[in-house]
Amino acid sequence: MTTIAIPDGMPQYDDVPRFDVAAVRADFPILDREVNGHRLVYLDSANTSHKPRQVLDVLAGHYAMHNANVSRSVHTLGTEATEAYEGARAKIAAFVNAPSVDEVVFTKNSTEAINVVAYAFSNASLRADADERFRLGPGDEIVISEMEHHSNIVPWQLLAERTGATLRWFPVTDTGRLDESGLADLVTERTKIVALVHTSNILGTVNATARITERVRQVGALLLLDCSQSVPHQPIDVVDLDADFIVFTGHKMCGPTGIGVLWGRGELLAAMPPVMGGGSMIETVSMARSTFAAPPARFEAGTPPIAEAVALGAAVDYLTGVGMRAIQWHEKELTAYALDALATVPGLRIFGPTVPVGRGGTISFALGDVHPHDVGQVLDSLGVQVRVGHHCAKPVCTRFGVPAMTRASFYLYTTTEEIDALVAGLEQVRRIFD
Amino acid sequence: MQLDQLYQEIILDHYKRPQGRGLRDADRPDAEVGEAHHVNPTCGDEVTVRVAAVGDIVVDISYDGAGCSISQASASVLYDRLSGRCAGEIAAVHAGFVALMSGRGQVTPDEELLGDGVAFAGVARYPARVKCALLPWMAFKDAAARAGVGVSPTEVEA
Repeated sequence: MTTIAIPDGMPQYDDVPRFDVAAVRADFPILDREVNGHRLVYLDSANTSHKPRQVLDVLAGHYAMHNANVSRSVHTLGTEATEAYEGARAKIAAFVNAPSVDEVVFTKNSTEAINVVAYAFSNASLRADADERFRLGPGDEIVISEMEHHSNIVPWQLLAERTGATLRWFPVTDTGRLDESGLADLVTERTKIVALVHTSNILGTVNATARITERVRQVGALLLLDCSQSVPHQPIDVVDLDADFIVFTGHKMCGPTGIGVLWGRGELLAAMPPVMGGGSMIETVSMARSTFAAPPARFEAGTPPIAEAVALGAAVDYLTGVGMRAIQWHEKELTAYALDALATVPGLRIFGPTVPVGRGGTISFALGDVHPHDVGQVLDSLGVQVRVGHHCAKPVCTRFGVPAMTRASFYLYTTTEEIDALVAGLEQVRRIFD
Repeated sequence: MQLDQLYQEIILDHYKRPQGRGLRDADRPDAEVGEAHHVNPTCGDEVTVRVAAVGDIVVDISYDGAGCSISQASASVLYDRLSGRCAGEIAAVHAGFVALMSGRGQVTPDEELLGDGVAFAGVARYPARVKCALLPWMAFKDAAARAGVGVSPTEVEA
């Protein structure tokens, strides 16, 4: 038997963190169900992830035993609910290594988190005494990329329309990588904010941000990273990333829907004007005017999604228990396996990186001329759940000259057998439409 | 659910060998021409339908588009069923097809009225695909109105 020795000083095979996928799957009740007479093969985690029993129990348990409004009650239930809500904030802050708990703002999802930042710019632009870094007008520029989800395009288009600023973007290369060749011309002294996806929801590309961050610092702009598809899948350290804002959403990371996160540098959040007005976000209110609470409360008007936040805290505990490095490695192995397996399907074209380097476990493809709706329908009849359509990233579809794509995406509970089921399903599609 | 209820041979035939596909200029100078472009924003399917009418007779329907087998086959069936017919006949077929698609699989299709359109009965059981089947029919309705042929009343609740 031949063994390949890994040189000393390199990570050894045993150093790679692992977990028991079967044990993890047993935590997810939905994975036991059938779809159309077949065992569920869920390959749509980039759309939304499933929730383990540990999260579902906390969600139900909160309503069953600790239900009360937060931040305003002196009674016991109110205190318990507030402690649970703020405790979840602390867990999430630790999960992304935020320097301060107060840098974690709860929102409804990533979309709302991005809009909070965009509207803070908008509101600051109307006030001469606002922080200069958030004031936009004609001649100022906002930079995004061609591989953004619509949620990181439309808010900036609307902001540019309101303020007269100009929207510019990084193009995407033929292999689905961010084209940074024009970085110096694109990010300049005119740039006020760069809003960039960390991991593409459609191409799977994981963007290396170091050069962009360096340039952003050089020109004195701000950097927002859309981490909706990275926080669930790899260890994220906001200090290490050196961004100014990151956004992510609970439902893609084993948490419930209706809860998302805006993380921002404390100093920046403190300089931002409020966006939504209402209860909980004020310092004092008179009939003529109000003053506002410090962040994060300033950006959390009204009763927040309390149980959802608490359950997101449980999701973070769950993911930490499995280990984010181990999850990242598991998905890397799945991705390598899937890229090889999909390459055996005649007529299949992958959009995005075809090597398992600098990409996550989200793979979009075309199967000959068969429309993705038809691909998805046949796969569904076999219990295989994939997403089809434009994936809320129409500019990416346009870039690659197709109206829609089929996408398979993996998570910690995904197995190689499920990828085999996908490949077998694609053979069935070819039999019907060829 | 049985997949062959959805992908009936008739549908696959129309998809693989579409009838009347490709936008054409009206060959009659006296024709009124109307055109409509519809998209399905959730999936990106699109179709352009052009209608040429003389009086209340639709003398030609031409179309082009990109989309799934259901939407493209549906356009082909529409061409087969409605070309050369008068407004009253068209309204009846249109209403019959919309009723079939809105019926969640509970409507028995009238083959005499709908022709190959009856093959879409299975599609009505798949709510996500009903809009695909209706896309060319809704575009046709707008194009026909612009050519002076009213097809109402058919409102969709898909």
